[in-house]
Amino acid sequence: MNKEYFEGVASFTVYIIITVFFILSVRLYVIQILNGSDYRDAADSNRVRAVSLPASRGIIYDRSGIPLVKNKPYFYASLIPGRSPVDTHGLAALIKTDESKLAAKIKKEKNNIFKTIVLKEGLSFKEVAEIEARKSDFPGLIVETSVTRNYVYNTVGSHVIGYLGKPNKQQIEKLQLDDVSPETFIGQWGVEQLYDTTLRGTAGRKIIEVDALGRQLKELEVIKPITGGDITLSLDINLQQIAEQSFKDKTGSLVALDPKTGEVLAMASMPSFDPNDFVMGIDSEKWSALHKDKQYPLLNRALQSSYPPGSVFKVLMSVAGLDDGAITTTTPVGCSGEMHYGKWSFGCWKAHGTVTFHRGLVQSCDIYFYDVGRRLGIDKIYKYARMFGLGKKTGLDIVGGEEREGLIPSTAWKQKKMKQPWFLGETFVASIGQGYVNITPAQAALLSAMVANEGLPIHLNLIKGTLPPDESKRLKIKPEVFTDVKSAMYGVVNEGGGTGGSSRSTLVHISGKTGTAQVVKGRVKTETLKQQLRDHGWFIAYAPSEAPQIAVAAVVEHGGHGGSAAAPIVKNVIEAFVKSPYYKKPAKLEE
Amino acid sequence: MTTFQINRKYLKQVDALMLILLLAISVISVLTIYSTTRPIMSSSLQPNYYLKQSVWVLIGFIVLFIVLIKDYVWLRDAGYIIYGIGIFLLVLVLVMGKSGLGAQRWLDLKIFSFQPSEIFRLILVAGVSKYLSSVKSPLDRRSFLLSLLIFGIVPFILIIKQPHLGTGIVLFTTYLFLAISKKIEKKLLIILIGIALVVVPLGGKTIWKHLKDYQKNRILAFVNPEVDPKGIGYQIEQSKITIGSGMTFGRGYLKGTQGPLKFLPEKHTDFVFSVFAEDWGFVGSILLFSIYLIFFIRGFDTALKAKDEFGKYMASGLTFMLFLYFLINIGMTLGMMPVVGVPIPFMSYGGTSLISNFIIVGIIINIRMRRLVMV
Repeated sequence: MNKEYFEGVASFTVYIIITVFFILSVRLYVIQILNGSDYRDAADSNRVRAVSLPASRGIIYDRSGIPLVKNKPYFYASLIPGRSPVDTHGLAALIKTDESKLAAKIKKEKNNIFKTIVLKEGLSFKEVAEIEARKSDFPGLIVETSVTRNYVYNTVGSHVIGYLGKPNKQQIEKLQLDDVSPETFIGQWGVEQLYDTTLRGTAGRKIIEVDALGRQLKELEVIKPITGGDITLSLDINLQQIAEQSFKDKTGSLVALDPKTGEVLAMASMPSFDPNDFVMGIDSEKWSALHKDKQYPLLNRALQSSYPPGSVFKVLMSVAGLDDGAITTTTPVGCSGEMHYGKWSFGCWKAHGTVTFHRGLVQSCDIYFYDVGRRLGIDKIYKYARMFGLGKKTGLDIVGGEEREGLIPSTAWKQKKMKQPWFLGETFVASIGQGYVNITPAQAALLSAMVANEGLPIHLNLIKGTLPPDESKRLKIKPEVFTDVKSAMYGVVNEGGGTGGSSRSTLVHISGKTGTAQVVKGRVKTETLKQQLRDHGWFIAYAPSEAPQIAVAAVVEHGGHGGSAAAPIVKNVIEAFVKSPYYKKPAKLEE
Repeated sequence: MTTFQINRKYLKQVDALMLILLLAISVISVLTIYSTTRPIMSSSLQPNYYLKQSVWVLIGFIVLFIVLIKDYVWLRDAGYIIYGIGIFLLVLVLVMGKSGLGAQRWLDLKIFSFQPSEIFRLILVAGVSKYLSSVKSPLDRRSFLLSLLIFGIVPFILIIKQPHLGTGIVLFTTYLFLAISKKIEKKLLIILIGIALVVVPLGGKTIWKHLKDYQKNRILAFVNPEVDPKGIGYQIEQSKITIGSGMTFGRGYLKGTQGPLKFLPEKHTDFVFSVFAEDWGFVGSILLFSIYLIFFIRGFDTALKAKDEFGKYMASGLTFMLFLYFLINIGMTLGMMPVVGVPIPFMSYGGTSLISNFIIVGIIINIRMRRLVMV
């Protein structure tokens, strides 16, 4: 071959290739840099637009299938962005809004062809009619519909059901990942928030071809919205209503559980609020009123408030003491109404004389439980309390991740928190549910339920049809311990001298325990105290005593003695439950 | 034992630069195909084109390394037999191939279907190279006319009958390029140019008559895009809008709107560069051009260094052919050439074309790898 000739051709070709690349680059320069902005305008005004089709939100039902919410339409005036200028003056007059703001909004958003420009939201039916009538004057103007809620029962169960609202800035960012439009209402509290992704459904989208004015020419593609899933709660709205009414104007909380499954039958937090106020965007007056209210109506006290449990804690002390062997049912303790330890003195509300276990719990003898506490030590108390779900979150997150843990102290905790050793005197105080000890009403209900079910660890939940936990998970506690404790809790309500006599019912056997949590140190006659200094009244109970189907805990803030403040409320709820279709009458109790 | 040592010696000679360039284009390809086929709503499923392309790239690299194992001289030895089989396959496609998008390019092999014209590109260059390296230089009238008929006209007719105008033109041009590389007698060359000047205008009319409607449309639309705003001219216009809207730095990866909104047809095959240019802008596009340019220069450098004449024709012919594809594709997306529907090598979505391109690069690397072997 002619090697030199070949090399000449090859080199020449390489020069040609380099020249071609140069020409292509020049062409690219012309298109992308010299004419780039024209082409970008052309791209942005290409004739396809997307209009969102909102999904219908799933309905929330109560236990018996009663709808607690209804969907209602929410109207927007929107503009499909076109290429031609918009008559902002006329448009502002039609939808009654500020012209300069309107023009700025259109200018800012008109290049986003993936969505419409929302001009005004929350239109009334009258406004919708006005816009529809004059739509032809404003090409591209449409009325879009979204879904919002009507909370049928207003204030009843509002803390559990929650409410919808517009997403905030952070939420909008998250929602965009799920392709949810910022105009969508999302659950902002309660079940609406916890199960938002289920209830929300998936918005659809309509891809349309528009003319230069933004008028729809034809539909290119329709992706249908998918309706959100319905949710049936374990909540019984009737029971809920009776619970809330029973508080009258008092502040406090009540939680009722199915002790077998942990299903929440009622969860009240008083005072309550009306979620309908939030739906259309709450007005600032109402908002600040709700926030300034000293009673904090927006707070879900069942999960977000913790109180010293007072004598309710003695139920836990009893289980711990008997199971650990620190005491037996016959261990005698003498109560003279006062006990001295070092230079301190610890009182009892009454001189009980010689007390053994049964009378100690029935009559709530403090001296007896000081002794139980001394024999156990704080760390064993801590261990048992944790087993019954105290001092940790129940995990029922209908409060936006703001559930309280409560507090069960231990030597390690005190060392870490206060850099101090634990003192025996503090054990005495803890033994009667005072001092550092703090629990939420939901935890109190859990304690009651786990005594009622004899140590089966359940989890609070709100969905009907939850299965009971596996039998293998049952706490390793001697069965006779529960027999003794339950017998004493029956006595609290049904025996003479029991502190919970005011919850005694003719319809059903109730077992329970009262508690009075001190707000100020020292025992003062409650009737004479100012409201905010009065003690919190507690009552935990379950029924029927022979085969429990409901476990309840109630606290009345500054209600005074638990037996008189909280017990009647609990009794009301249990009796309402007994009258409900869910109650199964047990075989006759042998007395 | 000795063959092993030789293999290891060759292994050191593998053209790392070319492999890196190839890998870079492959990654860009998968990313761009992902970008261009993504759905408008992020809740919809991402079509799996990008996954398939990734698998093809993987297979491509494996095939490329297999091609490296054996000295490419076997292609020269078996050149005519392979060429015969290639022509046979082209005829077979015309007789019983299945039709896709108004063209009859596919051969259904039950397990998978493939386009013989894709692999024929390599076969043609091998056949021409063998012939040219076996005759003396410069080409006399007899050997030129013979090769023009066998390697130029016959395959050209068979391929444009499929019809696959783009590949037909590319292959014919590649043949001419190789014939010129061999050197043609001066007198013959002058006559040839003279004939071409007379025949092309006259023959153009005959060819025009025989073109399919869509081919005519493409050429008409190229000359005057206003003629059919929704047809071919629309494609060119949309391609220019897509590229132009990338401006200097691009809209950013996955930020382009024209691909997902389906303005652009064939966005993951013939127009994949347009979407790339929208996402990455002028800067990104020039970078991509640079990768291809270095790639082509490297191909010619390999031709100069090849140990034998066959290798020189192979390397320069194959590189020139890939360059023609690149030129026609980019020229089309930039609105400088008619829409003839050729893919951009290594970047467009498609299995057969990708694999055959990887084989082609395998041959080029093979030639460079064995450049020091004594003949």
